[in-house]
Amino acid sequence: MTFVLSEDQQMLRDTALAFARDEMPVTRLRELRDSGANGIDAETRGKLAELGFFGVLVPEEYDGVGLGMVAMGQIMEAQGRTIAATPLLQTAVLSASLLNLGGSEAQKAEWLPKIASGEITMALAVDEGTHHAPLNVATEAERNGQGYTLNGAKKYVTDGHFADIFIIAARTFGEAGQSHGLSLFLVPSDAKGLTVQALNTSDSHGAAHLSLDDVMVGEDGVLGAVDGGWEILDSALDRGRIALAAEMLGSASAAFEMTLDYMQTRKQFGQLIGSFQSLQHRAAKMFSEIELTRSCVAAALSAVDEQHNDVAELASLAKARASDLIHLVSNETVQFHGGIGMTDAHDSGLYMKRARAQEALLGGASFHRDRYARLNGF
Amino acid sequence: MAFDAPEELDAFRTEVREWLEENCPPSMRTPMSEDEIVWGGKREKFKNPESKIWLERMGEKGWTAPEWPSEYGGGGLSKGQARVLQQELGRIKARPPLFSFGLWMFGPALLEFGNEEQKKRFIPDIVKGKTRWCQGYSEPGAGSDLAGLQTKCEDKGDHWLINGQKVWTSYADQADWIFCLVRTDKSVKHEGISFLVFDMESDGVEARPILLISGSSPFCETFFTDVKVPKDQLVGKLNGGWTIAKRLLQFERSSISAGGFGGTGGTGILSPQDYAKQHVGVDEAGRIADGDLRGRITDHQMYAKAFRLTVQRSTEEAKAGQEVGHTASIMKYAAAKMNQDKCELIVEALGTDGLGWSGDGFSPDAIKATRGWLRSKGNSIEGGTSEINLNVIAKRVLGLRDHQ
Repeated sequence: MTFVLSEDQQMLRDTALAFARDEMPVTRLRELRDSGANGIDAETRGKLAELGFFGVLVPEEYDGVGLGMVAMGQIMEAQGRTIAATPLLQTAVLSASLLNLGGSEAQKAEWLPKIASGEITMALAVDEGTHHAPLNVATEAERNGQGYTLNGAKKYVTDGHFADIFIIAARTFGEAGQSHGLSLFLVPSDAKGLTVQALNTSDSHGAAHLSLDDVMVGEDGVLGAVDGGWEILDSALDRGRIALAAEMLGSASAAFEMTLDYMQTRKQFGQLIGSFQSLQHRAAKMFSEIELTRSCVAAALSAVDEQHNDVAELASLAKARASDLIHLVSNETVQFHGGIGMTDAHDSGLYMKRARAQEALLGGASFHRDRYARLNGF
Repeated sequence: MAFDAPEELDAFRTEVREWLEENCPPSMRTPMSEDEIVWGGKREKFKNPESKIWLERMGEKGWTAPEWPSEYGGGGLSKGQARVLQQELGRIKARPPLFSFGLWMFGPALLEFGNEEQKKRFIPDIVKGKTRWCQGYSEPGAGSDLAGLQTKCEDKGDHWLINGQKVWTSYADQADWIFCLVRTDKSVKHEGISFLVFDMESDGVEARPILLISGSSPFCETFFTDVKVPKDQLVGKLNGGWTIAKRLLQFERSSISAGGFGGTGGTGILSPQDYAKQHVGVDEAGRIADGDLRGRITDHQMYAKAFRLTVQRSTEEAKAGQEVGHTASIMKYAAAKMNQDKCELIVEALGTDGLGWSGDGFSPDAIKATRGWLRSKGNSIEGGTSEINLNVIAKRVLGLRDHQ
């Protein structure tokens, strides 16, 4: 396990933090919300692409920079600090990982360079219910003469409202709850029979429900083995969970720092509210939780790069703890700010709304606690 | 800082491995029960005779204190070599040869603040485990507000004269020497404290064990009546003891959070989930049958894992020369919570088997769990209460100010 960043990683971190601060501050999300952009931000996305951020997990032979998860985690943490809406999680982490892990040579050659250059948005669509349950896929993929016919529905697909390509998890065998029989399909957003219903979400990032009505996919659109998609899906989901946990760590740190600033400026009873012990202790506990979570995220990121065999366990650890952390910190941020924290003009509310989405996506704390316990044999 | 070339470390590893193979007795490679812990000093009985041999051999090499300078009997190893030694000891599951407040707390402080003569006099016997030290800090009127201590120390020309009382002195009844905070100036608070060391066999020293809720007596009340202490046993400057005291508390908090905790559930070998599986049972999928208990055990296990990873992270960051700041306070707070949660979960999982005190109706392991749970309540009090640690985090790390 490596907890100390290399020089290159530290440079990337500094670049990402400066970029988030200067180019995608919270005011940017506010503007996007108020203009009805629903989290779609072509301009910022173009700048992220120029910095090479979409290609961090793409190997050099496919025009990426192949820096790995620790590097990606620094970028995710930076974007979390300003709760920025970007397609990095879906495109640069989940989709790039699925292609890396299970793509054919032709698929990699076609899609990875486009991911790295930031030309396309890809979105993984797995969940069909209101809670993350990747084994419960019921969407059917029936074999036909030229390939497969997909029928079913997907719920709350992030970036789904502007994705160019979907990676759809569907069942070629068995029934919901089974790992065998899951397969993954590359489906363009303009495919016949695919309906994308854009959602206006509380975190202002947007998302989409998908319905698939006799969507035809050719043989070349199968990603990974037919019936055997679970293993790569589970691995890619873990990378996504770890990256999201890094993002959440960034959000929690930034919300905490905002609160700490307020404690050192706001006066009541002629005293800085930061001098009240009841608040000091709550702040100190939050800080301890941030430090503990930071270690979990760092361990999970480096475990992927170092190919340890406990990635799944560490992914659940990081995501569960990051969920509990951001839940606590976002609530306390509103409470510590008092009345101003209840106003739309203040950023507290934006962090809290984004927090609930971050918590739910790719499995909440209870999902990951259960998974952690199972992986540990109890 | 010396950089260790990989080939040199490899050679050192070979050397260590061969030495351990020859010198670590077989029983010292097995898990240690609490009553076989070696604390050293004149009263040490060495319940397991091989632990005496093991301590002597390790002490001779200075490997009980691997990174301390060899001129004082320490190992004189570089950080890289010390890490290799730790790894090799871990590889054969070797027991720590010595538990010692001298090693964990007093020694590091003396190396930093003591004069040459004091280091030469005291450090070698700490390394070899010949002197057992205790800590004279808390007093009946000075707990969390440690700087309010009143034990009087008067300058009598050719000696210091000590009168007063300490409390919560760990193992004072078994210690050979004490390092002690005393008041040398009553007109100021922090600036009127000095740091003295003296022999527990001096006339006028009396240690009385205190019976705790757990039924054991690891702590004492210690009384000093006209105790004469030679002048050269003042460490650091007169009235300069508070600086040493604070530094030493950091060592204490680190050593407590590194695992030197009083009170583990049961024998310390089984985890809460093991007890829950045995006493609550499992469902057809192998999950603990009580879902609520399972969730809380998982939460605890995740906290414990996060804690261990944070220990690893701060060690690595320190090695890389990064500022670790006041991690010690964070870790002490977190470690207390973690250990107490664990003990509570074990007793809860044991059900009525966790309610025994003594006798045949309960297994020795269950009784240990109950007593360990009671002992663990001290974790958030000793070495700085959790509230004091939160104050330290708020003020020193987060920069929050005091009430004006």
